[in-house]
Amino acid sequence: MRLTYIDDFRDPATAKALVARIREDAGDRPVRIMEVCGTHTVAIARCGIRPLLSGAVTMVSGPGCPVCVTPDGYIDAAIALGKERGALLASFGDMLRVPGTSSSLEREKGEGLDVRVVYSPLDAVALAAGSPDREVVFLGVGFETTAPAIAGAIRTAAQRGVANFSVLSSVRTIPEAMGILAADPDIRIQGFLCPAHVSAIIGADAYRAVASERRIPCVVAGFEPLDILLGISMLVRQIREGAARVENEYTRVATGAGNRKAQELVAEVFTPCDTGWRGIGVIPGSGLRIADRYDAYDAERKFGVPVLFSSEKTACRCGDVLKGKIVPPECPLFGKACVPEEPYGPCMVSSEGTCAAYYKYGAS
Amino acid sequence: MCLGVPAKVMERSGDAAVVELGGVRREISLMLLDDVSVGEWVIVHAGFAIERLSEGAALQTLELFREIADAPDVH
Amino acid sequence: MHEKILLSHGEGGKRTRDLIAKVIARYFDNPVLAPFLDSGLLGRIEGEIAFTTDGYVVTPPFFPGGDIGRLAVCGTVNDLAVCGAKAFAISCGLILEEGLPLETLERALAAMKEAAGEAGVVIACGDTKVVERGKGDGIFITTAGLGVSVDGWKPSPSKVRPGDRILLTGTMGDHHVAVLVARQGLSITAPVLSDVAPLAGLLLPVLARFGDGVRFLRDPTRGGVGVTLNEMAATANARFVLDEARLPVREAVRGVCEILGFDPLYLANEGKAVLIADAAVAGNVLAALRDHPYGREAAVIGEVGEGAPGVRMRTLAGGLRAVDYPVGDQLPRIC
Repeated sequence: MRLTYIDDFRDPATAKALVARIREDAGDRPVRIMEVCGTHTVAIARCGIRPLLSGAVTMVSGPGCPVCVTPDGYIDAAIALGKERGALLASFGDMLRVPGTSSSLEREKGEGLDVRVVYSPLDAVALAAGSPDREVVFLGVGFETTAPAIAGAIRTAAQRGVANFSVLSSVRTIPEAMGILAADPDIRIQGFLCPAHVSAIIGADAYRAVASERRIPCVVAGFEPLDILLGISMLVRQIREGAARVENEYTRVATGAGNRKAQELVAEVFTPCDTGWRGIGVIPGSGLRIADRYDAYDAERKFGVPVLFSSEKTACRCGDVLKGKIVPPECPLFGKACVPEEPYGPCMVSSEGTCAAYYKYGAS
Repeated sequence: MCLGVPAKVMERSGDAAVVELGGVRREISLMLLDDVSVGEWVIVHAGFAIERLSEGAALQTLELFREIADAPDVH
Repeated sequence: MHEKILLSHGEGGKRTRDLIAKVIARYFDNPVLAPFLDSGLLGRIEGEIAFTTDGYVVTPPFFPGGDIGRLAVCGTVNDLAVCGAKAFAISCGLILEEGLPLETLERALAAMKEAAGEAGVVIACGDTKVVERGKGDGIFITTAGLGVSVDGWKPSPSKVRPGDRILLTGTMGDHHVAVLVARQGLSITAPVLSDVAPLAGLLLPVLARFGDGVRFLRDPTRGGVGVTLNEMAATANARFVLDEARLPVREAVRGVCEILGFDPLYLANEGKAVLIADAAVAGNVLAALRDHPYGREAAVIGEVGEGAPGVRMRTLAGGLRAVDYPVGDQLPRIC
């Protein structure tokens, strides 16, 4: 029952040896490493790695959960598109229970809003092609891993003339955010564990600027337990050495230059812009909006429904969680007013959310 | 940020392909990669192959893991 | 006979009588049901009686490895079996949607007959209603089941203590994946069959033989082993610690879980049981389970530990994490 390229990267004996190596190299002062990516946060929690490394490595979770950093104005805009324009909303599953200003897609679905879960943005294009009398809006939320897929769907729709398809875009890019976090003295990051599949697209070289400007080592690591542990080990060694290089643990998939074809497709369909990150604020150059030549597929412009970035509910501490300033149990709402069944903020409801990971897998 | 799984390309026709993981087959798009052959392994995310998986590099990483696991205890 | 179910089939008149006499009676031909009275007369029963009820609304009604009819019989038999009772009679309430092809009904009835034969239960009474098109999803089945308790065993969650072993009778998630793949719209194919099976023959001899060496058991249906273990831990007020390396999961089920981001611990099963057993007899219980066709892949998946009640798991990486109740559906996700 072995799964190729998966089981080999979960071997318990190697995991044990890597943990020993990390603890040995870290010595008696713990190092602070930020795992940027939500998939890493969840993988670390699912493997129970945090307690194994306590005292040697403090893993700080970052804002790499695209659902979590999407402002609640986005959910409001999506609901408005469905209710006021009668659009069929096609979305990844994660978005359904995220709270907007006053409601969520799941709640509205119960009241009759037409929301369908899709696995791929191309499924949304197919839905549109199959129902030419309905407007279909795909909720395009993601980072650089998903940007090419969304771009591919937009270009496919344009090529096939599927005019009733559009995307409500919420795409953000990672390296700029890393720069902001690295500069924040409250967060005190000594190393970045860089996302596996964002890096597969943008290439490990994309982190060189952050590494050299902020003097912080960056290691690209895969998502299996051994990938994560080896990535952490490589960071610990650089930190002890005083180095600030970009290294790649995930050589089987990520290269230095990344996927050029995917990058070109993204450059054709999207344009970089300044964009707001929930809890962090506006980060210059950290967003991708749909390029003017494809504006017919940009739901915001097509329907005149702007996504507003506004101040969030004051009691919500998602922002501080996303920046790694606090851990979820330090939020006064964690586990009380904010639980997965009734989330106050997106960090608790997203499958990649830091609070959800702590709540689901915390073994205290 | 992004759940991507390794899968083997079993059939292809233009940009469309069928991949397999553990006996499970799924249709995906190859539009983000050039010249993918049947039999190659790719990483699949949101219905697209986003990169190839290098068998050579995988073996090197596994070899590194073996060295680490076999290294004598340093305590 | 008409080829589709009509509203008049549920009105109690000639069409209803025809449906019963010419279709249903052909599949459920046993002496208790044959007179088609308002009740099935079961006669005098020796022993302690157990009673259960269930509803079956699975869609699609037919899927690789099983169907709604087999599910209805096995689910009822299993609810009784995990409480130590051998099912002997089941009721069958059919709610049919106007327009349901008769062939679909007959396939389901045939499956119920076969499953009832395998499990040694009689379908003792039933009812048929028809609802208007659009008011029901093809076919719904409700059952109630009667069973007689095995001598010398009853569920004793209070006897669970640290050191007891947690056993699972086979692989997780087969039913869930089989049904998921049978639904249109995901464009995934997977060679997985539902595990739907009647477990009285597997479980009751084990209970009779080992007595209170087997503390109690449950069948992990909706919500999977993860939910069932949480419920059992709460009932027994005990701490369960699972071993990730020992969870039995078919390769194809793992493949679907990797692709769609599911956790096999929370996928539904319809032919499995979770048992808590005294360490002293666990090895022999395991051997006894494995001796039976429905228990060939039985495994010890963990043990009862010390400390606050709940469910934990020792991971492949050597860490410890919580296994809590899941929230919401396991929807396919990407990020």
